[in-house]
Amino acid sequence: MPITFYLKRDPTVPLEAEVLSPDVMAGLSNAEIRALTVYHGKRQLPLGEFFDVEGQRSPDLVLHGALHKVRWIGRSMSQGSITVHGSVGMHLGAYMSGGRIEVHGNASDWIGAEMRNGFIHIRGNAGGQVGAAYRGSLRGMKNGTIIVEGSAGLEVGMRMRRGTIVIRGPAKDFTGLQMKGGTIILMSGAEIRTGAWMNRGTIISLKPLQMMPTFAHATDMNPIFVHLLANYVRQFGVHMPAGAEGTYRYYSGDLSVSDKGEILVWQPTL
Amino acid sequence: MLRITGGKVYAPANGIDGVVKDLFIDDSGRFAASAEGCRTIDAAGMIVFPGGVDVHTHVAGGAINFARAMTPEDHRRTQAFMRTKTRRSGLGGMAPTTFATGYLYAGMGFTTLNEAAVPVLSARHTHEELADIPIVDKSSLTLMANNEIMLDQLQKGEYERAKQVVAWYLWAAKSYGIKAVNPGGVAAWKYGKDAKQLTTPVEGYGNLTPGTIVTQLAQICDDLGLPHPMHLHCNNLGAPGNITTTLDTLQHLEGRRAHIAHSQYHAYGGDGWDTMCSETAQLAEYFNTHPGITTDAGAVVFGDTVTITADGPWQHLLYKLTGRKWGNLDVENETGCGIVPYTYRPSNLVNAVQWAAGLELLLLIKSPWQVFLSTDHPNGGCFWRYPEIIELLMRADVRKEQLQRLPDKIKGRITLPEIDREYTLLEIATAMSAGPARALGLTQKGNLSVGSDADLVLYHEDDNIAQMFSHPRYVIKGGEIVLEDGEIREAPQGREFLVRPAYDPGTDEFIRPLFEDCYTMSFENYPVEIERIEHPVVRDCHKVQ
Repeated sequence: MPITFYLKRDPTVPLEAEVLSPDVMAGLSNAEIRALTVYHGKRQLPLGEFFDVEGQRSPDLVLHGALHKVRWIGRSMSQGSITVHGSVGMHLGAYMSGGRIEVHGNASDWIGAEMRNGFIHIRGNAGGQVGAAYRGSLRGMKNGTIIVEGSAGLEVGMRMRRGTIVIRGPAKDFTGLQMKGGTIILMSGAEIRTGAWMNRGTIISLKPLQMMPTFAHATDMNPIFVHLLANYVRQFGVHMPAGAEGTYRYYSGDLSVSDKGEILVWQPTL
Repeated sequence: MLRITGGKVYAPANGIDGVVKDLFIDDSGRFAASAEGCRTIDAAGMIVFPGGVDVHTHVAGGAINFARAMTPEDHRRTQAFMRTKTRRSGLGGMAPTTFATGYLYAGMGFTTLNEAAVPVLSARHTHEELADIPIVDKSSLTLMANNEIMLDQLQKGEYERAKQVVAWYLWAAKSYGIKAVNPGGVAAWKYGKDAKQLTTPVEGYGNLTPGTIVTQLAQICDDLGLPHPMHLHCNNLGAPGNITTTLDTLQHLEGRRAHIAHSQYHAYGGDGWDTMCSETAQLAEYFNTHPGITTDAGAVVFGDTVTITADGPWQHLLYKLTGRKWGNLDVENETGCGIVPYTYRPSNLVNAVQWAAGLELLLLIKSPWQVFLSTDHPNGGCFWRYPEIIELLMRADVRKEQLQRLPDKIKGRITLPEIDREYTLLEIATAMSAGPARALGLTQKGNLSVGSDADLVLYHEDDNIAQMFSHPRYVIKGGEIVLEDGEIREAPQGREFLVRPAYDPGTDEFIRPLFEDCYTMSFENYPVEIERIEHPVVRDCHKVQ
């Protein structure tokens, strides 16, 4: 039986609730869970002030409600699962190292920021800085997978080091900014400056992209690894075309920084 | 009034080595010969040290503040100080905020700090921040070895005039002494050059050499009678093979007083990063045969930190080497300033040599009255990691264990594995308190004599040395119990020490036109008013014999 939370009082200012994590709650009784501290702005309040809680002692959490002001859900989690029916606020799954997060609704900025492993699936739209590095940090997500069914905001995968991000809807500017590794799959393309300052890693776009002048067209090809990647993402319902359907146009860059990343843009056979 | 009974007292300056002894503190916060009918602390089972004195740290002013702003990634992960009845809020970490700096220093038994690098241009800012560092007493040193107005006088051979200018600057900055950083090198950097040899003229200054700058500045410190000798960051910091520059500098300085800052960074052999090795044995030998000269280790601890120094050219090189963030501050005619976050890794051969070299200097220089505990905070590591270094000094087996983490290629590059010396508690008390207090000329610090400031730290005796030194049982500052059971009880405002060297009253009018020629601020706004200093203690100067 999972632990179920129903939002009963809308926070008027952001509610910082990093206690909403299986690592914190897996061993706690219902009363202990309700007594956990959350920060409503600068005020420390018990979690029970904002949520009705059912169940106890489970690594699986189910949250209901418009949680767009609730931040840090699943912060640093390493196990178990969180399922959200409704929207979520910033920093969902930041620093997580394992477990699964599923959101049936929209998410805000910084989901999976600096995550080390685990899986995040957003059924709606996401904000900016998906899987990114926090300001000043050298590296964003180090491993794991993030799937966004809707659109995404600015700086998707900024400084990511490894792992996979799939954005089914359009992404905004600076996707893959300063990317250092890993893979971003853009099913509906992105706005401008994709891959700026990237020095490793792969961005694959299934729609044409406006390329920066610091990316050089190298060749047209169907790399083997795309087949392997396609096999991996198929389990999440993501179809990547390959083979006879067309080729990938391979761009190398960003030439304005050292080392080189790659952007592959799908060119269907006409 | 306060009485402390039953503790095992270690007071090197008073020749007390682990003797159970009662201590008395009077109402003015000084040690007294007796005290009746007052609170008594039963210190049985505890060891008692004079409060720690940090001879070389960077805790206030433009550079450290820039470092704070440049490292938001550290603020998220670091220790947060929540506001309590006695404490303001703040953050610890690589570059702690002002209030947190005071709590963290006092929290490990340090009660006096010397901010080692202040340009006159940011002296006002520095004093504002020093005033916000609670509990501890403070002093600050003025950067002088690349000041263009002063260098121009030395170039012209106007020693007497240079002396007047230096004295004027010291009082303008409300400072305690002189810091020389890469003499001539930072000035040369403005021409795209550096100064690595003591006998090569400084770019832009005719025949003036770094050797002349260091010797004349050291002479000025002696002639002005400053309580602390010239505090020198030698040329050629951090570079493989720089031991020759360092030894050359020391030979230039012979016959004068000097304190060599963070000597770990100046004790390397080899001719490139691949061949870099520790040459601490040579440097230690020099100190062992020249007991008049002091140094602090500038030891390195592994982990993340942020490096800040007035040595602009070195920081630019470090930025090029690491590809990390780089900050550079323009300090007009006075000095330079660079900031680069850095991670010391045991797997990195250069870092491993640096780690060993810091410990080697502390262990190979025989007298703890000559070599002091420092990490050149935050350059070699943060000051709150001193207890780890103390443990490494006191326990050869812990050092052996740590040596296992270093790469195999370290063999033959360091001498640490062959050193068996273990510091005694008395030696630790010397290197962390009595020695630096004496080198700074702070006669009321680092000792337990009647009339001296009642700054004490009491530790529960514990086999786990790092634990013991990072968690004192009591810290007493000026007779007040500021820390008890790991909690800050009181956060009184500390004092600031400064000097007023005598100078020719005509110096104002001499500097004014030179100043108005090249500075961006107005002359009247430049000197820091004495009213700006919270609790100043002004020292008159007497010529050193």
